[in-house]
Amino acid sequence: MPQFLSMIWPGRATSRGKLADAARWHPLEIGFWVLALALLWLLPTRLLLLNEIAILALFALSLDLILGYAGIVSLGHAAFFGLGAYIAGLLARHGMNDPILGLLAAGAGAGLLGLLSSFLVLRGTDLTKLMVTLGVALILRELANKFDAITGGADGLTGVTMGPVLGLFEFDIFGSTAYLYSLSVLFVLFLVARQLVHSPFGLMLRAIKGNSLRTSAMGVPTNLRLVTIYTIAAAYAGIAGGLLAQTTQFVSLDVLDFHRSADVLLVLVLGGSGLLWGAIIGAVAFKLMYDWLAAITPQYWQFWVGMALVAIVLFGRGGLLGLAGMLRDRLRGLGGRA
Amino acid sequence: MTPAPEVPVLETRGLRKAFGGLIATNDVSFRLPAGARHALIGPNGAGKTTLVNLLTGVLQPTDGRILLNGRDVTTLPSHRRVQLGLARTFQINQLFPDLTPLETLVLAVAQREGKATGWWRPVGRRGELLDEAGDLLERLGIAEERDQPVATIAYGKQRLLEIAVALAAKPSVLLLDEPAAGVPEAERHQILDVVAALPDSVSLVLIEHDMQLVFRFAHTISVLVNGGLFMEGPAAEVARDPRVKQVYLGEEPVYG
Amino acid sequence: MLTILFDGFAYGMLLFVLACGLSITLGLMNFINLAHGAFAMAGGYLTVVLMNRYGVSFFLCLPAGFIATAFLGAILERTLYVHLYGKSHLDQVLFSIGLVFMAMSAIDYFMGAQQQLITLPDSLRGRIDLFGISIGVYRLFVIGICLLLAVALQLVLSKTRFGSQLRAAVDDPRVAQGLGINVNLIFSLTFAFGSGLAGLGGVLGAEILGLDPGFPVKFMIYFLVVISVGGTTTLTGPFLASILLGIADVAGKYYMPKIGSFIIYTIMVLVLIWRPQGLFGRATAR
Repeated sequence: MPQFLSMIWPGRATSRGKLADAARWHPLEIGFWVLALALLWLLPTRLLLLNEIAILALFALSLDLILGYAGIVSLGHAAFFGLGAYIAGLLARHGMNDPILGLLAAGAGAGLLGLLSSFLVLRGTDLTKLMVTLGVALILRELANKFDAITGGADGLTGVTMGPVLGLFEFDIFGSTAYLYSLSVLFVLFLVARQLVHSPFGLMLRAIKGNSLRTSAMGVPTNLRLVTIYTIAAAYAGIAGGLLAQTTQFVSLDVLDFHRSADVLLVLVLGGSGLLWGAIIGAVAFKLMYDWLAAITPQYWQFWVGMALVAIVLFGRGGLLGLAGMLRDRLRGLGGRA
Repeated sequence: MTPAPEVPVLETRGLRKAFGGLIATNDVSFRLPAGARHALIGPNGAGKTTLVNLLTGVLQPTDGRILLNGRDVTTLPSHRRVQLGLARTFQINQLFPDLTPLETLVLAVAQREGKATGWWRPVGRRGELLDEAGDLLERLGIAEERDQPVATIAYGKQRLLEIAVALAAKPSVLLLDEPAAGVPEAERHQILDVVAALPDSVSLVLIEHDMQLVFRFAHTISVLVNGGLFMEGPAAEVARDPRVKQVYLGEEPVYG
Repeated sequence: MLTILFDGFAYGMLLFVLACGLSITLGLMNFINLAHGAFAMAGGYLTVVLMNRYGVSFFLCLPAGFIATAFLGAILERTLYVHLYGKSHLDQVLFSIGLVFMAMSAIDYFMGAQQQLITLPDSLRGRIDLFGISIGVYRLFVIGICLLLAVALQLVLSKTRFGSQLRAAVDDPRVAQGLGINVNLIFSLTFAFGSGLAGLGGVLGAEILGLDPGFPVKFMIYFLVVISVGGTTTLTGPFLASILLGIADVAGKYYMPKIGSFIIYTIMVLVLIWRPQGLFGRATAR
């Protein structure tokens, strides 16, 4: 059997073959990005949905960096997403409407919050991590709600007008600029994350997740590494939030909601955590599922989210990529016997 | 003014650790000369683990000082002490179950070389790290398992990897905490051979229960009883001492 | 001032009854059950249905809420939760959030999204004057019941054979198992009992805390703070933590309405900086 997908599994690939091959690009990976770009012309009527998928994928990628690679459980990752959205939205509303600068500010702001809160998050057990991450998101939501003169409160932040991307591409009502913009940002940040996880720094995160006592005994300042990745992931989430604010030209309290933190957890485990592609595959699957189920029972969408979470935990945690991997192994087994 | 060659690689002065009213380490002062083959023995509950934890920085002493190559490291965190040359193995393996031996050692080498924060070039393209990690795997006889997840390899091999990780730090002092514990008899000799082959540039402290092992490797011995240094001296002397036999009363005869 | 203190105390007692089951299951099986609030919600809605549709007395709803949710807890424990022991905290978190979402949607579907109201019996309404403090009768009632429960729990834990087995199991499940204690059975019973208490808390709290489908998520942070601050090895820890939280929350919202809702987060942050392992007890989770 061909080694299809094997590049998407850094863990498995290295255990099979040589470590040296782990970071090599697989044709399927390249194919995915080409297809994603081609959708601009293939699905011109669904560009708004595609834009949302790209943003969600970036958000899930950010969670993957801390949860999948560093093993930090978070119940409030929306804090960074929401902060980024408000920063980008507020900047644009008050006249600074260059998209790229807005994104950088969103990432920097969220990264700063990540840095500050990381010292609390990394202090305790899993239980305190849950409490603090949830708490930070709730605090932000409460702040956004209380300071409605600035944020628009429950009515949301309107009047977000964006300038053209790079001074060239105006946002249009079909979402073609929006999709291309979000996809490009996702692509660049995916590339960076891809280098990161295959680098010594990234491998060390997996080591810390596996046994932090040993990494300390190896001379690694474990906490500093975790602070670093938490900050980077927060910046990623902030940029994802910024993208949402800029491309939808609207920010509501919803960006800080608990369900957003929970949804992104589902996206990640649906695709497969600890694998960068898990975040992207998960985002595609989640949004398609949403599109389909919300059309049937729009009000009770949350029920299906809950059911999916329970089902994934009970019937296999590898996610879709894990499932594909099992299939591949089966096929390989058959091939071997034949 | 030049440091005399007899500056001990590891030294403690009046080390004390109290947990509430319980004194786990009581006024321990000892000096480990360069190239030492030293064993730390004592009955269960004598405070061996506490002492190791104090030396490695897992615990902070209530009183006293710890010097590594003449430098005061008493208040330094664990990872700083490792960077200054104090490495250890654990009595129970502390490895990365999902990583391979090669990945584990590459990380250990990268950390020593200050390259563990590199975040762009993939691990797999860092030839210098891969080569050194590969050499270590060869030397310790775990090259065959290099690409298997650690959780799936034999316990004896994991034990060897445990030592390899410590060696990758190129330590001047190595604390071996019961290196052969739990290893099946058939795989034991591999571990003993590795320990025997360690170069003199590494000073060894063996924390051990197994007297056979102690007398095979150790030139000098410290006996720890109730948290304090009961006696220390050349291995043969300690072995002959009737008081030591008394301390171990009920256990196997100490020495043939 | 004293009235505020009193209301805060009542609020804290309620939190304790709601959260103590969670604390025990966490301490016993190292299981993080974020769906605990869903059991409280179940108790609350059961009361709403029984009282408003069938005219059942509030006083009957109290035991009914306890029994029904305990039963529900027992069933879910045997069928679903049992698969989660020993799995990672991430799995437990995902699973219990899933349950929360399903419960919230189900309630929404059957009962609607609006806030539910119950009419307390006349005997529990109004205020009385006690030593010059104006006290709501219902709050006094809540405190009475919760105190009674707390004392009863403490007695069960310290005096009965079951209690000593439970404490042994919390202390070290493996050793307890080795001593011939049936840890699984103890856990099932404790889980059911803890769920029942949450349900009872839901009945009592329907009037004070408010009841709508968002309940389990709204109070999740309170539960987490109570067990993080209070620890999971004793009942005293969560008890004191609940009261501290209740008084601080009520007083904060009364005196500083603009920022009062941040009080619990401030407490959370301060405790974490000062004592990362919680104010009381050894450790919050192994």
